Amino acid sequence: MTATTTTGAAPRRRGVSAYLYEHARVRLALLLAAPLFWLGVVYIVALAALLITAFWTVDSFTGEVRIDWTLDNIVTVLTASVYQSVTLRTIGIALLVTAIDIVLALPIAFFMAKVAGPRLQRALVVAVLTPLWASYLVKAYAWRTVLSPEGLFAWLVEPVGGSSPGYGIPATVITLSYLWLPYVILPIYAGLERVPDSLLDASSDLGARPWRTVRSVVLPLLYPAIIAGSIFSFSLTLGDYIAVSIVGGANQMLGNLVYTNVGTANNLPLAAAAALIPIAIIMVYLAAVRRTGALDNL
Amino acid sequence: MRLSRSAKAVLAVLTGVVLAIVYVPLLVVVLNSFSTSQTFAWPPPGFTLEWWERAARSQGAIDAVGTSVLVALAATAVSLVLGTLISLALQRYEFFGRDTVNLLVILPIALPGIITGIALNNFFRTIVGVNLSLGTLIVAHATFCIVTVFNNVLARLRRTGTRLEEASYDLGAGVWTTFRLVTFPQLRSALLAGGLLAFALSFDEIIVTTFTAGTGVETLPIWILNNLFRPNQAPVVNVVAVVLILVSIIPIAIAQKLAGPESRGASKAVAR
Repeated sequence: MTATTTTGAAPRRRGVSAYLYEHARVRLALLLAAPLFWLGVVYIVALAALLITAFWTVDSFTGEVRIDWTLDNIVTVLTASVYQSVTLRTIGIALLVTAIDIVLALPIAFFMAKVAGPRLQRALVVAVLTPLWASYLVKAYAWRTVLSPEGLFAWLVEPVGGSSPGYGIPATVITLSYLWLPYVILPIYAGLERVPDSLLDASSDLGARPWRTVRSVVLPLLYPAIIAGSIFSFSLTLGDYIAVSIVGGANQMLGNLVYTNVGTANNLPLAAAAALIPIAIIMVYLAAVRRTGALDNL
Repeated sequence: MRLSRSAKAVLAVLTGVVLAIVYVPLLVVVLNSFSTSQTFAWPPPGFTLEWWERAARSQGAIDAVGTSVLVALAATAVSLVLGTLISLALQRYEFFGRDTVNLLVILPIALPGIITGIALNNFFRTIVGVNLSLGTLIVAHATFCIVTVFNNVLARLRRTGTRLEEASYDLGAGVWTTFRLVTFPQLRSALLAGGLLAFALSFDEIIVTTFTAGTGVETLPIWILNNLFRPNQAPVVNVVAVVLILVSIIPIAIAQKLAGPESRGASKAVAR
């Protein structure tokens, strides 16, 4: 049923149905009208308006948004020390979380795809997918419980002289890594599934040891899938502000700055300007990884 | 690749450790809901059912569940209709701007929630000029739920191809009859899977919700967040968390059932 369907005999089609059958373009227009209205009018207009609002200002007396074109918000966001340090901290956390997730995901994905038998493989996929359904808040909350001063983590490490990291940046990194781990495992697993076993066999037949095979055959083929996974952990971390407010103590990430500007400060233009930072970072990141073909692995 | 036994063992152990890290925190939450300690002390000092009783009587939590279900059902219904329409358009027709439309569907979920959140907040309040309410929340949720239905239906349409539909047209069936008797039955389980995902996504969403729910509209995630830092309420929040973990098993079970008859191997064979 492409646009160029051959018009066969249509004896019993009448009225609207016959008209639609003859006119593929009209059918297409009817299919697209409602969703495009919704996404275009609601979402695109909203996004565009947000971008424009970043160049407006707030009346300091009434608190209303005023249409005064200005670059002040952008300048504030780029130069104020609080924005700079929070931006750097957020990028640092996002990179660290991404690195941790990739390191954790590689062995488990390799085991699932290349070592486990079919039944164990299916069970492992379910085991990895299941936490995705558990509530985000419950998972963040679970780490708040585990990392509490008297919690499981302290109980485990205190006998060997350690102590719980408490609520702060390390707890935030742990929690975010935990939250996004399944999103990183799945694309890497799917990527490994696509690496043919025959290549691995050929490599070892040619005398390569397993580690050499992993380095010279598997990782180069897997690269786009790893990047695809990293896009999830990186961009999800950049926009997050709930996890850090649950386990991060008083620390702030970019999302918190946006949130305070909309909420308590009621300064939407400044919030919009602050929101441009994560958008810009993600755009740069996506542009950087586009050449790897990672976007087809999402 | 011929891995030595020890290499396989190391991989198996690492896999086990990662899975343990994934499941132990959730298990701790479950056990703590029966613990007499209000500060998550480990090991639990004693056993009690008090928190479960208090949670069962917590009107706030019960109301929040009702609100969440209502919002999720409405958002799922909207996204089922819009997602099906748009995937039919993208999969069955060639047209200018197809990639842009594709991007448009993915964008609400690809951008950080906080950006979608403040964009819609700004849209509702200053552009449309309405007060935030249950309605604005449903519109916001439906916007990012479309993609789950879209993905599932698109994959199904790609797999089923157009032969049956063409046969239906050749036999004289009209556009509606063909959709009702040929296309829709083929889509049914994909719609169920996509709808489940949409429901779960909406039920769990918190960031966009924060910015688009009217005052007094409290979904379950918002309720949890509001009560998380109240020492007195913490054990009740814990019980609600356990209930959420248990409830989340239901859609997985259904999804597993759905995946049964068309397991991946079978679908690959059909695609060839």
